Amino acid sequence: MKARVQVMLKNGVLDPQGEAVRHALGSLGFDGVEGVRQGKLIELDLAETDAETARANVTAMCEKLLANTVIESYEIEIG
Amino acid sequence: MKAAVIVYPGSNCDRDLAVAFERAGAEVTMVWHKDTTLPAGLDIVGVPGGFSYGDYLRCGAIAAQSPITRALIDFVHAGGHAIGICNGFQVLTETGLLPGALMRNSGLKFICRSVGLRVATTDSVFTREYSDGQVIHLPVAHHDGNYVCDPETLKQLQGDDRIAFTYADNPNGSVADIAGVLSENRRVLGLMPHPERAVDEAHGGTDGAAVFRAIAGLVEPA
Repeated sequence: MKARVQVMLKNGVLDPQGEAVRHALGSLGFDGVEGVRQGKLIELDLAETDAETARANVTAMCEKLLANTVIESYEIEIG
Repeated sequence: MKAAVIVYPGSNCDRDLAVAFERAGAEVTMVWHKDTTLPAGLDIVGVPGGFSYGDYLRCGAIAAQSPITRALIDFVHAGGHAIGICNGFQVLTETGLLPGALMRNSGLKFICRSVGLRVATTDSVFTREYSDGQVIHLPVAHHDGNYVCDPETLKQLQGDDRIAFTYADNPNGSVADIAGVLSENRRVLGLMPHPERAVDEAHGGTDGAAVFRAIAGLVEPA
């Protein structure tokens, strides 16, 4: 079973890298980009076959390691 | 005084930190990240700067899960002292031993230069040799030193006098100019600037030596 974890900086936490990308897009002539947020995508290959158990396991992984919940939020996609 | 310095794969300030401790009169043991226990009778553990585990995932995130760090957490919970410098500060926030997190510098650049720091509290074993409000100069060398915490945590840090150092001229966007913070029991210090790189005239300054002199005066082992 596969799981995808998307880790993003929480809303309200300034994302300096996203801002730099936004400026770079502007200087390339891509007008109208009002905001850029940059995150991480983590793909996991799991032995687990039950989706609910997999989700619970991945949630624990996010809380313990994959995300720093002081500044980051995460979303989990199973399957 | 007995000190241990943790060495993770990618640490690069471990020997400098050991020398700074030794010069202050400490007996230093280096401990490897795979070790599961710290030496007996320790007064303090140093978590050095560098790029532990290549900064993979987030700076300090993997180191925070290593076997020796588990021993460090137990040591601190038992009342032990610890100092985390630069990457060591990042490791300590990732373990939750210190509040907040260190993000990419607001200017996105790696900053490597000497900065002015204000001693924000002298009420700790690390800062007691300075005077309140004293401005010292220490080198910084980091890409992710932008300290962030939620507004309640900041209020708590300010109210409890747990901000150890602030930048005189904020180089990285840290909230409230924070360069270093203390734990609730004031026995753990994390800071981005490098006091161990300012303990010898040949370093270009000796403003960091007072931190190690102060630590050497520790009389209450954990």
